[in-house]
Amino acid sequence: MPVDMRARIGQVELPNLVLTAAGCAGAGRELAQFTDVARVGAIISKSIMAEPRTGNPAPRLAETPSGMLNSVGTQGPGIDAFLQRDLPWLLSRGARVVVSIAGQTIREYAELAARLSDTAGVTAIEVNLSCPNAEDAGRLFALDPQRAGSVIAAVRGSARYDIPVFAKLAPDVTDIVAVASACVAAGAEGLSLINTLLGMAIDPATMRPALAGTYGGLSGPAIRPVAVRCIWQAREAFPGVPIIGMGGVRTGRDALELLLAGASTIAVGTELMHDPSACSRVLRELEEELVAIGVDRAADVVGQAHGRFARGLARRT
Amino acid sequence: MAPVQIRSTVLTLRRVDAYHALTLVAPAIAAKFRPGQFVTVAVGGPETSMLGRRAFAVHDVRPDHGGTVEFIFEASGPGTRWLASLRARDSLDLVGPLGRPFPLPKDPSSCLLLGVGYGSAPLFALAARLAERGCSIDYLLGGQSADRVFGALSARRNGRSAAVATSDGSFGARGAVTALLEQIIREARTDVIYASAPVPVLRAVTATANRYAIPVQASVDVPMACGTGVCMGCVLPVTGNDGITRIVRSCVDGPVFRGDLVRWDDMGTIPFDALGAPGWNPASPGGRPPGNPPILGGNLPPQTPAAPLGHAG
Repeated sequence: MPVDMRARIGQVELPNLVLTAAGCAGAGRELAQFTDVARVGAIISKSIMAEPRTGNPAPRLAETPSGMLNSVGTQGPGIDAFLQRDLPWLLSRGARVVVSIAGQTIREYAELAARLSDTAGVTAIEVNLSCPNAEDAGRLFALDPQRAGSVIAAVRGSARYDIPVFAKLAPDVTDIVAVASACVAAGAEGLSLINTLLGMAIDPATMRPALAGTYGGLSGPAIRPVAVRCIWQAREAFPGVPIIGMGGVRTGRDALELLLAGASTIAVGTELMHDPSACSRVLRELEEELVAIGVDRAADVVGQAHGRFARGLARRT
Repeated sequence: MAPVQIRSTVLTLRRVDAYHALTLVAPAIAAKFRPGQFVTVAVGGPETSMLGRRAFAVHDVRPDHGGTVEFIFEASGPGTRWLASLRARDSLDLVGPLGRPFPLPKDPSSCLLLGVGYGSAPLFALAARLAERGCSIDYLLGGQSADRVFGALSARRNGRSAAVATSDGSFGARGAVTALLEQIIREARTDVIYASAPVPVLRAVTATANRYAIPVQASVDVPMACGTGVCMGCVLPVTGNDGITRIVRSCVDGPVFRGDLVRWDDMGTIPFDALGAPGWNPASPGGRPPGNPPILGGNLPPQTPAAPLGHAG
């Protein structure tokens, strides 16, 4: 019997729980050459900002063991081009779209949320809090519970009531539960865990940083244990808050690990650079994993690593 | 022309001087391929720790075994060393054909094909197409040493002329290909240059060609991590026909660009007049911040790298 792989984000039912992570699916068109975007659970867009942005100079990427460092710098077309071109294209192909937004000020986040609220077809807003706050000497919003909460409150205040707001959190903090708590208190309906970790690589040949931007965000399987830990902690603290889990998911087994930690949907990120059809493969592999442990609804394993029932499941296998 | 992702079988792997030539069975890619396009491979096997795909310009496609694709590479890092360890009948995750091919002239033209190192690999399939259109073909090949000049024999056999320059003088003239360029342009009355070489060579070739008002179609070699446009890694500043400079991806907007449109001197920077650059002003003509003088083709000093923003990028 096929496993029920459906999931929900707010009012929207997704055909399955495997999404694309922000910044890893381009505008959707790039991926559509290899995968039917309508059959991906949802496309999480690149982080959209108010204006077009060039991003950082090259080199922007450095390969590390089971990881990828990037300092792309949120290159993007800006909200106008996104609403005119990218979003309608995705919707015309039958995709469900979670729009990631990024801002340099709280006001920019709020304005982006307002623009998205005037548009049909936005499944949810994911708030990328790993952005330098222009009003706080470039310190990332995500590093400070109060500032993160302020952004979420502003977004929640200007977003249409029926569009859920997910706070995407950085793992480079002393206490991610404190940041998550501030975001939930400010009105976030869900959490996206985790963003990249700040890292750095030096090229011995040039004796210089490998990235033009010096630091970069580390992603890929190297960070999966950090993702599992953060999802676990958030689930312990807020068992009722849905979590989009991401961080180094490469196989169906990896996806299952994040579900067991407490994510109710998962997003594939860096693996899409390595395998452009990863979403459909991860979904198939996850279904096989669930069949193997005798589960007929993916939603039944969400958070199961936390309670006594987890041991019961293990006995059955 | 959409690319495909396939499990491809290794037909042969052979040494070509300092390089390796890998031939793969890939009918769906061979059928769609046009010269100048590239393929990407995943390296290191299913549990690999190397997440970036490796991109290679296609050397040639052949109809045998339903369609094969061959590319040339140098075993210079862990990924390419792994490729060099493959054997016949091994299989590989292959994506292609990717990128924009070399545009072909409408009328029979005098074409100069310039390649350095294994960068010359994509020029030979191009030469076949050009010859079909009645073009005459002159080659100018270069490399560090004789074993790093790819395809000289084929160039001698198929070209109207074939000049070679090596840095150590072990083959052809001693020095850079650019030292021979002007003489060839004059003698061959070159109409168009197709170049596939490292960026400093492409910059010099474009500068020379501009003096003779000859168009250059340059295949740019910048590192790629995905090849499909999602990672935003392989970017360079290129001026559009509208006069606005954009930071474009080599994998989807290239790898072949018109040489005079690439801001060669600003490679590895964000020119301040690029669309969306810090200080960019959509209201001023050409997007330039008001008060700044017009910029004439890439005479800008290198910019200091912008501060990293949003490491989620």
